[in-house]
Amino acid sequence: MAIDQKTIKRQNTRSQYFRQHLPSEGYQTLSPFSSDQQRNFMKVLVTAKRVVDYNVSIRVLSDNSGVDLNNVKMSVNPFDEIAIEEAVRLKEAGKATEVIVVSVGASNCQEQIRTCLALGADRGILVETTEDMQPLAIAKCLKAIVDKEQPGLIITGKQAIDGDNSQTGQMLAALAGLPQATFASNIELTDDSATVTREIDGGLETITVKLPAVVTTDLRLNEPRYASLPNIMKAKKKPIDVMTPADLGVDVTPRVKTLKVTPPAARKAGIIVESVEQLVDKLKNEAKVIA
Amino acid sequence: MSTLVIAEHHNGAIKAPTLVAVAAAQAIGGDIDILVAGADCADAAAAAARIGGVTRVRVADNAVYAHGLAENIADLVVAIGTDYSHIVAVSTTSGKNFMPRVAALLDVAQISDISLVISADTFERPIYAGNAIATVQSSDAIKVLTVRGTAYDAASAEGGSATIENLDIVKDAGLSTWVKDEIAKMDRPELTAASIIVSGGRGMQSAENFKLLESVADKLGAAIGASRAAVDAGFAPNDMQVGQTGKLVAPDLYIAVGISGAIQHLAGMKDSKVIVAINKDADAPIFQVADYGLVADLFKAVPEFDVLL
Repeated sequence: MAIDQKTIKRQNTRSQYFRQHLPSEGYQTLSPFSSDQQRNFMKVLVTAKRVVDYNVSIRVLSDNSGVDLNNVKMSVNPFDEIAIEEAVRLKEAGKATEVIVVSVGASNCQEQIRTCLALGADRGILVETTEDMQPLAIAKCLKAIVDKEQPGLIITGKQAIDGDNSQTGQMLAALAGLPQATFASNIELTDDSATVTREIDGGLETITVKLPAVVTTDLRLNEPRYASLPNIMKAKKKPIDVMTPADLGVDVTPRVKTLKVTPPAARKAGIIVESVEQLVDKLKNEAKVIA
Repeated sequence: MSTLVIAEHHNGAIKAPTLVAVAAAQAIGGDIDILVAGADCADAAAAAARIGGVTRVRVADNAVYAHGLAENIADLVVAIGTDYSHIVAVSTTSGKNFMPRVAALLDVAQISDISLVISADTFERPIYAGNAIATVQSSDAIKVLTVRGTAYDAASAEGGSATIENLDIVKDAGLSTWVKDEIAKMDRPELTAASIIVSGGRGMQSAENFKLLESVADKLGAAIGASRAAVDAGFAPNDMQVGQTGKLVAPDLYIAVGISGAIQHLAGMKDSKVIVAINKDADAPIFQVADYGLVADLFKAVPEFDVLL
C-alpha cells in the first residue's frame, strides 16, 4: 500500500509535467491505474467575475451613465460559484489535480479570487485592467490563459448577473477551438470526454463533448459550499498571479458603447381585491383576460 | 443592409419565438433571409418561406445539424454570415448557445437579449435582471444579436413567398455528439408561447401542491410556471422557471401564486399585460407590480378560484 501511494505521487508529478500532451493510449500501457486515476492529472480552470451581490437592489445613476457601484457589496457571480464548487468536487473526487481560478477586471477582483481560493481553488490568476471589459475581450484573455495552462476542463458560469450576457463561455470555446456544453445541470467525466446534461427549453439534453471542453453552469449543477474559517485563512497564502491583457497580447478595446442606462419603466399601481369572486369578476369584465 | 435570422424549428414547423426575431429584423430594416438548419427540414423551410417579409430561405439540410450542436451550427452561420450586416436569433437556450460562438468566430461583439431596436446599430437591452435598461451602440461591421422573446409582436407566419435556396455546406466539427433529449411531454402550451401563465412559488410548500395550479391552468388553457425559489426547493422542474435565470415571459395574464416577487423573478414576467398576485403576505413585493392583488391563503383562494372558473 505504501509503495502504491509513492507510485501514485510520482505518477502525478510526471503526469502534471506531461499533462495533455502525452497520447493517452500510449500512457495507459505505462500506467497501472484505472481510467479514473488517469484523469488525476487534469487541471480545471474556472472563472470568477466580480459582480454586485445578488441581494443588492441596484440604483441607476442620475446622470444615466450607469449603475451606482459605490459602497455596494460585491460578490463572486453566483453562477461562477457553482463552477468553482463543481471544480473543487472534481478535485475531491480525484478527477482533477488542480483548480485554477481566473478573474478579469480591476485589482479589487483579488477579493473574489481569494473567496474562490477559500472555497477550494488552488491558485488564482488576475488579468488586471481598468478597461470596460466586454465578453469578447474577456474571452480573448481567457483563451490566452487556456493556451498557457492547458486545462483539461474549463467551467464558467452560464451568465453573470450584472450584464446578463451569457456569452463568455461560448466565446472562449469558439476562440480556443473547443467544444462547449452550456447550461449544465450534470457533468460526468470519462477518460477523454465529458457527458453533460444541459438545461434547455422544455427539458434536458445530454451531449458528450471531447476534452478539453468548456462547460457553463446552470443552477442545479450543485449547491456551493460556504468557506470555513480555516480555509479562509489558508487561502491567504495561496498564490495569485497578476498580469495585464497586454501581457497576454490581447486587445481589449470595447466594441460596444453604452450610450445610457435608465431605470425600467415602472408598472402603474394596481388594486387589492377583497375576495376571489371580485378577482374573477375583474379578470372577466375589467381586464377581459379570461372568458 | 441585410439580416440573417436563424430559425428554430420542430417537426416541420417554425417555432413561434423565431417570428419575434423576424419582427426585430423588420425593425432593423433591409432584406431578411432566414437560415433553416437541420436534418429533413424541407417542411420547416417551406414554412419559413411563408413568413411575411422574408426574401430568401437558406436551407442546410444535413444530419450534422440534426440536434443543433453549437459547434456545427456556429460554423455554418459563420460560413454564410459575412454576407450580412446583422445576424439575429431569439434568445432561447438554443440561440444563447450558438450565437456567442458565431460572434467570437467573426471577431465581433454579441448584443444579448435586446428588447428594442433603436437604429441599425443601437439597441436597448435589460441589465441587472431588468432593473436597468442599457442603450448600447455597436461599432462592429456585423451585428450579432439575440432578441428577447417578448421584445416584439410576432411577425406574420403566413403571407410571404420567399425563395428557397439549398446550401451545400456541411460543417461537422466532430467535437461533440448528441446523446438524448428528455423533453417533458405536456398537454399545456409552452411557457414562452402561452397567453396565460399560472405560476407557483415557495408558498406552494410542496411539489404535490402544484397540482392545485394544474386544475386552474387546465381550465384557462394556461402554462404553469414557477419561481426560482420553488425550483430550488424541488417543487417544480427547472424548465418551468420564470425569471432572470429562467424564462422570460409576457403573457396576457400572469397569475403569481405564493410568489413573493424577488427582483430576479420580476425580471422574467413584469412585461406581462395583466398580473395577478395571490399571497398571504400583504407586504410581498409582488403586489407592487400586480394589477390585481389578493391577500389570502393560497390553499383557500386557489381552490375557490378554480371553482369559479
